Amino acid sequence: MSKLSLITRGILKENPTFVLVLGMCPTLATTTSAINGMEMGLATMFVLILSNIVISILAPAVPDKVHIPVYIVVIATFVTALQLIMQAFLPAVYNTLGLFIPLIVVNCIVLGRAEAFANKNGVVDSALDGVGIGLGFTLALTVIGMVREILGSGSIFGWRFITGDGILAFVLAPGAFIVLGYLMVLFNKISKKN
Amino acid sequence: MAAKSTLLNMVTCLTAVCLVCSAILAGLYALTAEPIANAAQKALVESISKVLPEGGELSESQSCEADGVEEYYLLSDEQGSPLAYAVKTSTNGFGGTLSLMVGVLPDGTVYNTSVLAHAETPGLGAKCAEDESAFRQQFRNFAGKLLVKKDGGDIDAITASTITSRAFTLCVQQAVDAVKALNTVKEETVNE
Repeated sequence: MSKLSLITRGILKENPTFVLVLGMCPTLATTTSAINGMEMGLATMFVLILSNIVISILAPAVPDKVHIPVYIVVIATFVTALQLIMQAFLPAVYNTLGLFIPLIVVNCIVLGRAEAFANKNGVVDSALDGVGIGLGFTLALTVIGMVREILGSGSIFGWRFITGDGILAFVLAPGAFIVLGYLMVLFNKISKKN
Repeated sequence: MAAKSTLLNMVTCLTAVCLVCSAILAGLYALTAEPIANAAQKALVESISKVLPEGGELSESQSCEADGVEEYYLLSDEQGSPLAYAVKTSTNGFGGTLSLMVGVLPDGTVYNTSVLAHAETPGLGAKCAEDESAFRQQFRNFAGKLLVKKDGGDIDAITASTITSRAFTLCVQQAVDAVKALNTVKEETVNE
């Protein structure tokens, strides 16, 4: 598989949100605005790339029966590191994402890629897979956040284009499900055509 | 291929991985402890300066035993008489603890408010955290009755967020009560 297709695969053919349907909890919860979705996506991508790299190096030395605990420890370390760094240098971002940062540990995307890809492939390929899947997740979350923000708050990336309120339901949980469902239909319709 | 799953292999591998990971995190914690404390301090100082008038000298944090009030900061002029109090107060909001910094003048007038932490509904109650929202503007230099209009007070609640509005108003009321209590104590000491 070429290096480029490793990256595009994560964005299109195996998009974690629209095709694999993994990591739904942060997807639904943090996409109240485009910027929140994007920050969550980037945070996950950071953990995904690093954990993929480390796990692809460690994999040959890890006995089969303990591979999941080892992977979880590695992932949890990166997540805690990210949490500390964000708290110290980006307190504003930390305040909005707060609760969902520790939850990256149990995000199925990260463990899923470790299991399905990183433990069978080399360091470079695993890193590229992390970039691809991470970009796919970030793009998906940003798009969902954008749609919810436009409909729900009448703004885009914090810039308001209407005065007054939007359709509030889209900022709340039901809107997340509705937007996700329609985007999934749209995404699969387009990708099946090609 | 993966190493054999013998007991020795498994124990060594898990121990080694955990040791390295905890060492890395311990190092990182030591490195970030100071910036984290600085960031928290900066946020606190910013919220205090936002709710108090300019000038004067700010005291250290002082503990307070009033309802829902954890601590307060006193702003006094050169002669040492109080100009204003910044009171940190909290109560249960709609989605969790609502924590505010409230600036109160010695006569009990609210000077300004600032939200420290909240977990209100995005798009509804979360409007109470927007400094420029109409709801929050009401609290600037407010000396009326601290209750939402539905309960017979002078505060217009946020549409569809009565519980948040009540909690916010209650927080401000707690701060005002605390300041009034402090003043009474002071007067008694002076009279003695």
